Amino acid sequence: MITAERKPLEELIEYIKPYKRILLLGCNECVTVCAAGGRKEVGLLASGLQMAMLKNGKNIEIQQHTLERQCDPEYVEELVQMIDGADAVMSMACGCGVQQVAMRYKDKPVFPAVNTKFMGASERQGVWAERCQGCGNCLLGATGGICPIARCAKQLMNGPCGGSVTGHCEISEDVDCAWQLIWDRLKALGQTERYLEIMPAKDWRPAGGSGPRKIIREDLAE
Amino acid sequence: MENFEPVIVAFCCHYCAYTAADMAGSQRLPYPANVKIIRVPCSGKVDALHIVKAFEKGADGVYVAGCLEGDCHFKNGNERAARRIDFVKKYLEEIGIESERLEMTTMSAGMGHRFAEVATQMTEKIRALGPSPVKAAQAA
Repeated sequence: MITAERKPLEELIEYIKPYKRILLLGCNECVTVCAAGGRKEVGLLASGLQMAMLKNGKNIEIQQHTLERQCDPEYVEELVQMIDGADAVMSMACGCGVQQVAMRYKDKPVFPAVNTKFMGASERQGVWAERCQGCGNCLLGATGGICPIARCAKQLMNGPCGGSVTGHCEISEDVDCAWQLIWDRLKALGQTERYLEIMPAKDWRPAGGSGPRKIIREDLAE
Repeated sequence: MENFEPVIVAFCCHYCAYTAADMAGSQRLPYPANVKIIRVPCSGKVDALHIVKAFEKGADGVYVAGCLEGDCHFKNGNERAARRIDFVKKYLEEIGIESERLEMTTMSAGMGHRFAEVATQMTEKIRALGPSPVKAAQAA
């Protein structure tokens, strides 16, 4: 999923200071799962903003709404009914959602309430870790299901480097060495010969190196 | 603010603090009428939103009373509640509400004395702190 974290309240207050009626938007997808921008977080933020603004001597109206998916235009269309009642929109969705709303409602200022972080997986309740960088050419089949692009600080194609100590990365003892994990996994699978194959330098064009990416499925596209 | 009487919301677990409040009553132990009790099935059921809403609606102080460590009827709801309280305390500071206005406490069902003691201490603490800044702003 796409992970995110709420921005500091102070920053959000600066955004909405000039406005009186705010439409606070959540998203039912990734940001709900990572507890950053779902219905509950919308409620919490609305309450917090209301109180913080009141303390600053300003009474604001906050309308709360959570869309099924903010990155799809058909759901963003739902806002037609309520957008006129707002001076500004604050979105708790990832950057994709914020941009969809901004693109559809061109005359409304739209502000992000969260910092979109990374594509991650849940390690345990309340802990999410980066697992994929969307490099556009998946290597997991060759690396025992462990991604050296997302999980090696140097994104080495043939690791580990000299900074790998007792299975940890030199950047922090809390970070596992991805290449140590890859080696351990290949060994357990009886596929150590894969490790001996030298992987060529990665072509970063599919990873975004040649500009913004797009997928067009001609059978689906209208 | 000489006559300030704080409004305090106490979220009390059905299996401990709520029964302890009952026990305090049976034992004729006085505790301040400022404390408004809300019974919950477990302290772990109390959501951040419940707490923040209580402040928004005019509470000067809030506390969550759960079971003693290791005694949760649902295994670890009280531990979760304690972690959530720490999280909400930080959020309250961001909003500009003193985090001391929110506390987590534990007791067993038989501790009527402790219930009365906690209710008294919390009331005194909040009385000393004065009205919640949100309530003060609403009144202005």
